[in-house]
Amino acid sequence: MASVTLSEAEKVYIVHGVQEDLRVDGRGCEDYRCVEVETDVVSNTSGSARVKLGHTDILVGVKAEMGTPKLEKPNEGYLEFFVDCSASATPEFEGRGGDDLGTEIANTLYRIFNNKSSVDLKTLCISPREHCWVLYVDVLLLECGGNLFDAISIAVKAALFNTRVRVLEDEEGSKDIELSDDPYDCIRLSVENVPCIVTLCKIGYRHVVDATLQEEACSLASLLVSVTSKGVVTCMRKVGKGSLDPESIFEMMETGKRVGKVLHASLQSVVHKEESLGPKRQKVGFLG
Amino acid sequence: MAGLELLSDQGYRVDGRRAGELRKIQARMGVFAQADGSAYIEQGNTKALAVVYGPHEGMGQGWTQGSQLKGARGRHMQDRERKTGGFVLEIRGSRARALPDRALVNCQYSSATFSTGERKRRPHGDRKSCEMGLQLRQTFEAAILTQLHPRSQIDIYVQVLQADGGTYAACVNAATLAVLDAGIPMRDFVCACSAGFVDGTALADLSHVEEAAGGPQLALALLPASGQIALLEMDARLHEDHLERVLEAAAQAARDVHTLLDRVVRQHVREASILLGD
Repeated sequence: MASVTLSEAEKVYIVHGVQEDLRVDGRGCEDYRCVEVETDVVSNTSGSARVKLGHTDILVGVKAEMGTPKLEKPNEGYLEFFVDCSASATPEFEGRGGDDLGTEIANTLYRIFNNKSSVDLKTLCISPREHCWVLYVDVLLLECGGNLFDAISIAVKAALFNTRVRVLEDEEGSKDIELSDDPYDCIRLSVENVPCIVTLCKIGYRHVVDATLQEEACSLASLLVSVTSKGVVTCMRKVGKGSLDPESIFEMMETGKRVGKVLHASLQSVVHKEESLGPKRQKVGFLG
Repeated sequence: MAGLELLSDQGYRVDGRRAGELRKIQARMGVFAQADGSAYIEQGNTKALAVVYGPHEGMGQGWTQGSQLKGARGRHMQDRERKTGGFVLEIRGSRARALPDRALVNCQYSSATFSTGERKRRPHGDRKSCEMGLQLRQTFEAAILTQLHPRSQIDIYVQVLQADGGTYAACVNAATLAVLDAGIPMRDFVCACSAGFVDGTALADLSHVEEAAGGPQLALALLPASGQIALLEMDARLHEDHLERVLEAAAQAARDVHTLLDRVVRQHVREASILLGD
């Protein structure tokens, strides 16, 4: 990820191209690269997904474990996020080198899910004040080719869609909790309102969606917008060392909403199509 | 686990294999485009990824190249400042770690938090991962021709995505393919396999259930052409009379793995040369 050094001429080339709505790989300013999504890649998790966006490769595993509900929300389960920036992305992530970036991404994920409507946490409750399901969402960053936040949010949404949590039955009055007899009896989470992040990078006077590493090196400031499938914005954040004009922020937000709705629609259709192929589908994973 | 037979009377193991049979192995080289070399291997339900960077200039841990990386800071940055004629020349990176006559092999073993049945809290940095990293380093220093690249460093990063027994063996096999994909010269393939001993029979390629049963486990990394052993490790008690049988089972399994990996490499080269238009 760090091995991008661009000369001035290359930067000028990219900036001038973007002004004309033509990027280096021929895309328009609002086009995504080809995204490959596959769910159920790791079998001993409750749900998993792999997303490949250009050269960015993300693997998300969701594990459900029993825990106690939080004091202020006794009727709900909760989600815990952990991001591991693997050294395979760049040698600088070896040891603790990737911790800073990992914490930043995890904090962003906490923020975008920190509202009542993203995930219905009441379905994760087993018995109020005593037991609930905790979903540990673990993100593994394998390769970094620009636009990390978008790819991670797509992967998290696909993994949550794929998550199957076993149904527990607790007897009235007793403290025993048992698994239901049917191994396929599962709670599925509704991911209708799970947001996706759209990163808009300001390059010159225009902004682009899904920037590659080279384009990120040319941009001074970016706006992260977290949008649901209905176009509702749940979180917004400006990143980067440059500054943004308030008008451009509004423009970027509108673009983000527009692009986000299209992204959600395509992701929904892809994961539903994959699920309709049933358990006998050919699982490709990293072998394809 | 009470009542679980690791080897039935008819000679079948828990998953239906015979005593000397390996699990299904599928592998692919060149998984990531940005790394110098990468490979992925599946041995039954154990999935491992290996990525190789190098040979490149020797770096200390946490060295940053003045990159665009958001927020990454080297915690153990070692700077040496040398004052030359009035202005300060800052040399970053630890040259002290680079060896003058050969390449330094640096390995990191990391297993994903969702890889095991129980969720792991830390992917790497704990004792087991550090020990595995050192073992991998020892294995590959025996195989890579490090004399050809003095004062440089070769990084091998292994990531276990799903652990179902035989993780060391899967990591070594994946790393061999990744080093070959990176074009780093090696003395020979390094093929590894685990072996155990139950009811007087040596078992090859243990799964997690067989490892957790607590019997003796042997991990062997072999250079197949010469039959030299790069790493040998054994846990638990085993009578020395049985050692030779278990060792032979592991060695035979490693040779079988070699046949498979050889096929994978040849297939990869064939595909690459087709793309080049030969």
